[in-house]
Amino acid sequence: MQHLLSIQDLDRAGIEQLLDLTDRFVEVSQRQIPKVPALRGKNVVWLFYEDSTRTRLSFEQAAKRLSADTMTFSVGSSSVKKGESLRDTVLTIEAMGVDAVVVRHASSGVPWQIARWLEDRVSVVNAGDGWHEHPTQALLDCYTIREHRGSLEGQRIAIVGDVKHSRVARSDVLAFTALGAEVTLVAPPTLLPPNLDGWPVRVSHDLDAVVGDVDVVYLLRMQRERMTEHLVPTLREYTARYGLTMRRAERLRDDALVMHPGPMNRGVEISAEVADLPRSVIIDQVRNGVAVRMAVLYLLLGSGVERVLGPEPAPDAVLALEPEGASR
Amino acid sequence: MAERERRSTPPYGGVFVARTQVMDADDVRRAIWRMAHEIVERNHGLDHVVLIGLQTGGVLLAEAFAEALAEIDGTDVPVGTLDVALHRDDIGIRPVLPEAETHIPVDLDGAVVVLVDDVLFTGRTIRAALDALSTFGRPRAVQLAVMVDRGHRELPIRPDFVGKNLPTRRDEMVNVSPSGVELGELVKEGR
Repeated sequence: MQHLLSIQDLDRAGIEQLLDLTDRFVEVSQRQIPKVPALRGKNVVWLFYEDSTRTRLSFEQAAKRLSADTMTFSVGSSSVKKGESLRDTVLTIEAMGVDAVVVRHASSGVPWQIARWLEDRVSVVNAGDGWHEHPTQALLDCYTIREHRGSLEGQRIAIVGDVKHSRVARSDVLAFTALGAEVTLVAPPTLLPPNLDGWPVRVSHDLDAVVGDVDVVYLLRMQRERMTEHLVPTLREYTARYGLTMRRAERLRDDALVMHPGPMNRGVEISAEVADLPRSVIIDQVRNGVAVRMAVLYLLLGSGVERVLGPEPAPDAVLALEPEGASR
Repeated sequence: MAERERRSTPPYGGVFVARTQVMDADDVRRAIWRMAHEIVERNHGLDHVVLIGLQTGGVLLAEAFAEALAEIDGTDVPVGTLDVALHRDDIGIRPVLPEAETHIPVDLDGAVVVLVDDVLFTGRTIRAALDALSTFGRPRAVQLAVMVDRGHRELPIRPDFVGKNLPTRRDEMVNVSPSGVELGELVKEGR
């Protein structure tokens, strides 16, 4: 049994393997009856301590297409209100017999803590922890870029906006650079992490200087509460300097893509017209999210391949992935 | 599981060592030609016939059938591919990963599907394939063409078109390629 907690659990080969596997699940999703019996009898529980629409629905759709059973734990209607600790909640859920826990929590590191409690009895998938990581989002972003570009190697990607508070940005930087892309973070200094030592990225405070030279513009959601924290003067000023307006979009290269993890604030980080341009692949991201999560759940629960996700696959796993007959 | 897969799966895994050549390239070509005629005969022509090669051993064979059918009947039959990994009944018992493309080029509602594989053994791959087909529609009929039927069925499944019936021991292995059919066994590495 294994976990998917961070993009760092995967190296380049692991990410590419997962993206290759995703191709198979995209095909399943296009069938007349888009459902396979692969995870029949497996039980997956959603442990969402923080709001989520698309991630939870996307995981739910993925699990159902694999015939897994699902249970939802949402904090609002649970014993958490009565003061039950996280550890007791997790152990209670485990005792009911689950095979995987998909966790979202406002605090960074919670999925690791849960994985420690559950050891290797239950797979843990990080569906977003605090400002830290959101690995399945990064995987679906990689898949979407690869779908349109063939590869991420050498792609110039600008990640624009509130990098400091964004778990998507952290996972994306790790995944994009692992696959050979060149990442530039574009944001006002107040919305960048205080220390970027060791991040394999370039930094710019001027979107206009960057926008004409990139292959992908990845816009992050501008969280309105940041304004009350005085990190930006006003949303209008933010839009004027860092929003992807139609005027800026016209300066994009002909084949450049526009991406956004959702939910969008149309008129803030992205203008309403830009979001609907053909070069905007935001809907593709959502669609690919289901297939990517099918690949993740299948690898963890069904494949039987130990440690596919990891820098050093066991010799058996390598064999199973590349049967000698395949190249015949 | 498919012959090919056993090579890489403990505890069977090992290197295939051929002992006997059972069919040569000409034999394989003649068998394809005969089975293609049988497919036309059985279906009174090729209306609604779709060939589907099972990944990975049946794909080349399905294409060979399509070529033969085009020559015999002048009809271009649609050819698809199917990877049955996600429908297998041994998921969780051994490592199972889909490894090749599934591509069904036409709507299967009302079609006559001819499944094509290299070796028919336990029948479990075919059971998985029948299950997988049902997610693409409801064929009017499903028929099965294999180059080698080596026996040892574990399910009530039988082929409609057979290149060669080949009695085998369970621990033997059959290797089918365009250059012929070999019988041998898997030898553990380091032995």
